[in-house]
Amino acid sequence: MRILTAFIAISTGVLVLLGYFIPGLEPIQRLLLNWVMILAAAATLVGIFNLTLVHTDKVSRGEKGGVYSALLVVSLWATFLFAIILRPDHDVMKRLVMGGIIIPSEAALMGLLTITLLYAAIRLLRRRVDLMSIVFLATAVFVILGSVTLTFGEIPLIGGLSQWVSQVLALGGARGILIGVSLGILTTGLRVLFGADRPYGGN
Amino acid sequence: MSMIELTILAVGAILLLAVTFWKRKSPANLREIPALTRLFRTLGLSVEDGTRLHISLGRGGLLDSQGGSGLAGLSVLRIIAERTSVSDQPSVSSAGDPALGLLAQDTLQAGYQAAGVGELYVPTTGRVTGLTPFSYAAGAMNISQNENVSTTIMLGHFGPEAALLAEASDRENIMMIGASDDLAGQAVLFASTQDELIGEELFSAGAYVGAGASHAASLTVQDILRWFIVIALLAGAFFKFAGVF
Repeated sequence: MRILTAFIAISTGVLVLLGYFIPGLEPIQRLLLNWVMILAAAATLVGIFNLTLVHTDKVSRGEKGGVYSALLVVSLWATFLFAIILRPDHDVMKRLVMGGIIIPSEAALMGLLTITLLYAAIRLLRRRVDLMSIVFLATAVFVILGSVTLTFGEIPLIGGLSQWVSQVLALGGARGILIGVSLGILTTGLRVLFGADRPYGGN
Repeated sequence: MSMIELTILAVGAILLLAVTFWKRKSPANLREIPALTRLFRTLGLSVEDGTRLHISLGRGGLLDSQGGSGLAGLSVLRIIAERTSVSDQPSVSSAGDPALGLLAQDTLQAGYQAAGVGELYVPTTGRVTGLTPFSYAAGAMNISQNENVSTTIMLGHFGPEAALLAEASDRENIMMIGASDDLAGQAVLFASTQDELIGEELFSAGAYVGAGASHAASLTVQDILRWFIVIALLAGAFFKFAGVF
């Protein structure tokens, strides 16, 4: 079984990859990608069942935060049921579920995130006092000062200089980091293609 | 795709195969990365403490470029599952992508089987906590706050929402190790965690926890390819300066 799963995964990966270089393999690549998309959609359903199972288990065991778990399960399946009966593009679904619950909740978390980030920046030097933290914080303050809209206009020198910092220094650093990340992704992908890493069907 | 991509891929593949065979014979000599040293220590400590590890794999889908970071997280999860399988409090993984969640369950099970305690595996320890960035973060925060977690390990694709999870862990005095392939996520984790992992250090975690010779070989291959890129960039700058192109 392990050999079969490894064979399917590796051969699919190699065929999809070769499809980018060999024009004759493009139809096979497209077919495989379509299958993967269907499987990914099925995985979403499995994920939802997993979520339900985890939180139902929490409720039945009377664990800490069980009330929230119950609320999650009830609202999840109520939404699912209403979406099946009314269809997802129905006005009630759009207004009540999307406009009334999901979008405001996400917006609230976004607002919370802003405060959390500010708090993290304030506590940075308390957590770790080193040169990199000072440079990080000073650069963030400098760039904010350079891009903020003030009633008396731009702060002399800072505006142009902060643009140079963000467009030249920061962009150069970001590109360097992204090159490193890309190389990491490349070798990780190759390990999976070679079967050295097998996050499927046991190992 | 052009010949450049094919060449990089072929060179990378040949180098990885060659260096893996070489690394099997000689042990890897790795530089000290404080966050990964701490991660290695944490594995043993959590079993002794009777506390749980929470491995957060991010929300990177496997159908796009963000999948690489998720796969790197899964390699570490495999080792963590094997080492902490005998603990009273099994490690929990959370994912923001259903396919990644399924792979996490499979990886956890493989770790238990490798440790010879396959019967102790609990399927609900591999979880999909949400499908949007914030719902994922909210679900993962719930694990850190309510399930006797001593360390949260974030390895995968995280955006700024990582700050919410880091803050929740900090409030519960939970140790935090974080790495993301996303620049915004990295900046947030730098400000929110004790020891940060920057850039490709996310992909080196497997080598540091002993995931195998191929992981150590990957680091060497990355270094070799990085030198090629440095030389190409310098040569390009020189030729541009000289007016060749």
